[in-house]
Amino acid sequence: MNIKTVSAAVVLTFSGAVSAASRDYISIVGSSTVYPFSTVVAETFGKTTGFKTPKIESTGSGGGFKLFCAGVGIEHPDITNASRAIKSSEVESCAKNGVTEIVEVKIGYDGIVVANAKQAEQLALSRKDIFMALAKDVPDPNGGEKLVANPYKSWQEVNSTLPATKIEVLGPPPTSGTRDAFVELAMEGGCQAFDFIKAMKKTDGRMYQGVCHTIREDGAFIEAGENDNLIVQKLEANPAALGIFGFSFLDQNSDKVQGAKIDGIEPTFEAIADGTYPISRPLFFYVKRAHLGKVPGIEAFLAEFTSEKAWGEEGYLVDKGMIPMPPAERERFAANVKMLYSLEK
Amino acid sequence: MNSHSDKRVRTIDRVNASLAERYARERRFRTAGLAAVSLGLLFVSFLFISIVGNGYTAFHQTKIALEVFFDPQQLDPDGRHDYDALTRADYGGLVKASMRNSFPAVKTRQEKRALYAMVSSGAAFELQHMVLADPSLIGTTQAVWLTADDDIDMLVKGHIDRSVPESERRVDDRTLAWVERLEQEGALKRRFNTAFFTNGDSREPELAGIAGAVMGSCYVLLVTLLLAFPIAVATAVYLEEFAPRNRWTDLIEVNINNLAAVPSIVFGLLGLAVFINFFGLPRSAALVGGLVLTLMTLPTIIIASRAALKSVPPSIREAALGVGASQQQTIFHHVLPLALPGMLTGTIIGMAQALGETAPLLMIGMVAFIVDIPGGALDPATVLPVQIFLWADSPERAFVERTSGAIMVLLFFLVTMNALAVVLRKRFERRW
Repeated sequence: MNIKTVSAAVVLTFSGAVSAASRDYISIVGSSTVYPFSTVVAETFGKTTGFKTPKIESTGSGGGFKLFCAGVGIEHPDITNASRAIKSSEVESCAKNGVTEIVEVKIGYDGIVVANAKQAEQLALSRKDIFMALAKDVPDPNGGEKLVANPYKSWQEVNSTLPATKIEVLGPPPTSGTRDAFVELAMEGGCQAFDFIKAMKKTDGRMYQGVCHTIREDGAFIEAGENDNLIVQKLEANPAALGIFGFSFLDQNSDKVQGAKIDGIEPTFEAIADGTYPISRPLFFYVKRAHLGKVPGIEAFLAEFTSEKAWGEEGYLVDKGMIPMPPAERERFAANVKMLYSLEK
Repeated sequence: MNSHSDKRVRTIDRVNASLAERYARERRFRTAGLAAVSLGLLFVSFLFISIVGNGYTAFHQTKIALEVFFDPQQLDPDGRHDYDALTRADYGGLVKASMRNSFPAVKTRQEKRALYAMVSSGAAFELQHMVLADPSLIGTTQAVWLTADDDIDMLVKGHIDRSVPESERRVDDRTLAWVERLEQEGALKRRFNTAFFTNGDSREPELAGIAGAVMGSCYVLLVTLLLAFPIAVATAVYLEEFAPRNRWTDLIEVNINNLAAVPSIVFGLLGLAVFINFFGLPRSAALVGGLVLTLMTLPTIIIASRAALKSVPPSIREAALGVGASQQQTIFHHVLPLALPGMLTGTIIGMAQALGETAPLLMIGMVAFIVDIPGGALDPATVLPVQIFLWADSPERAFVERTSGAIMVLLFFLVTMNALAVVLRKRFERRW
């Protein structure tokens, strides 16, 4: 009798799994930077329509593409968020698994700020200063086209106009999309101020990447984990330190921390929106066309995300710290979404 | 004789000579032990004080009193009290209209936006619930306490400093003046935060609640308990009472002990590969979470159950066998009932461990934003510790106190479970 009951229970469990083979909610994965925006749209969508609230996992951009490209079918996610554009290698791996028609939607911008506590004075850094202060190897301070291990201990040594405080920067770990974008936009931007390194890009791409993208490991750069709230708290406690995080955290904590000017531009909403602030990046999400019609509500979710009340200049995503695209760009992407244009291969 | 004994050192003298040093050693050891205990207590009390100090305000929520006119024109133009029409009506418009009535001086579009922002976006749904529950409200004017926005909540609770210059504050001077006027009129009060216990997750801190996570935790623990307890007890009984002693059983024993020490993330990877990729169970489901945590808690319960079986004295077995019981009868009628309290204690401690686990759930997609409260083990779900993790990572300041509030709820569950284990042990355990 016991064996029968147990086997019946097992059969029931698995028949339950089979009945779940039709999914009635949208499944979204991807970037932790887009997560706060995607979740707000999902929540509004769930409240204002008859559809269930989409499920959103924060897996990082790369992890999101991996899950997204794993195949077509309801066990795979419908949408992936990304804080960078899809790479050609990812398009290929998608195609290999039968995921061929992908709709790309750009939703807005995010700025990365270098901030310190309000008690300290506001800094004005250039991207070159950031590279010199944080790179593992820098050009020899004595001149010549030689790279030496980063000798700088204080900001003043990097640039005589900066204060004589110790270089101490709290930033995200390598798994974070914020770190990727910071390295790409700030460090590489600063690295190109040196002609011989810039020339390296053509002759020795790998070496160029290594020089520009490697952050020093001698304690001046402190990996503070993925929790940006923690960085804000640590900055408050230590006015000499700088922190690197997304603009929405600066926006929420403007009474505690201030953003440094980068290349003379303050990290403000307007400067990021019009593209003059140098360390900003576009945010995207990607939709699997094959799932339209299979999972209910995807079209309605796309319509909600691309509506003016969500991503417009006065939309609710802006309240959450996202920086909207200019009107012409919004129009173009909204039209793309309506027509469901797929990515060109 | 005398001279002989003087020359030899007597044992008692040596004892006396070393006595002071031995007492001192004992005192030092005791002080070290006491210091270790007090240091531990100090850390624990620091943890509790900081969590409770941060979190107790999460159980309150600021509400704004508004005179709301349930306009029949807007809600129910044809007067039929049609459920669908009442559901779809514009309740946000009602909230805005009553805010405008309370502040007639507000005229410009931008000012109005700032005014509307003082009330939570969930307020419209509160009105909707009221009307759906009692359609006779339509056409009347009621004084309603509506949820305030999280920024107003933070301001009232003192987490936003009113004395700093406007540019450094999240709430501008205009809104601050409105808030102060409402406070003087007594139209701004802190009430018990029921939403925190009845709502699912939300990106608006004032609407976010732990109900979804608590339900998720319940389903996960239910699956874990239903699978882990019978399997673990059966394993323990077999290994302890029936299995022959040979190399194979030794190997199994070593493996069980090793499994208890495996980092929990490994079980998550295993769960991803086996349950999701191979069996095709849905991602993020409480069922998969329960299966993974079953694997994780099995060794703990097996080890505790075997210890409980071992502690039953052999005389009981011998007496049962002596009066002619079969081995199975001996075990099920005599040994197992006596060992059960110990097994249950082990199970509860294993369950408490499973309740606090996040790492293995990361791999199977349970670290996710899920608003709807799960209604079954196959619905997407998240659990309490994951909810805490997600809130701790949110930029809105009001989530700081809610994080601590959720930690307090989790600690309450853990303390209750451990207390239950202690009570069970005290009441039912027999010593020989």
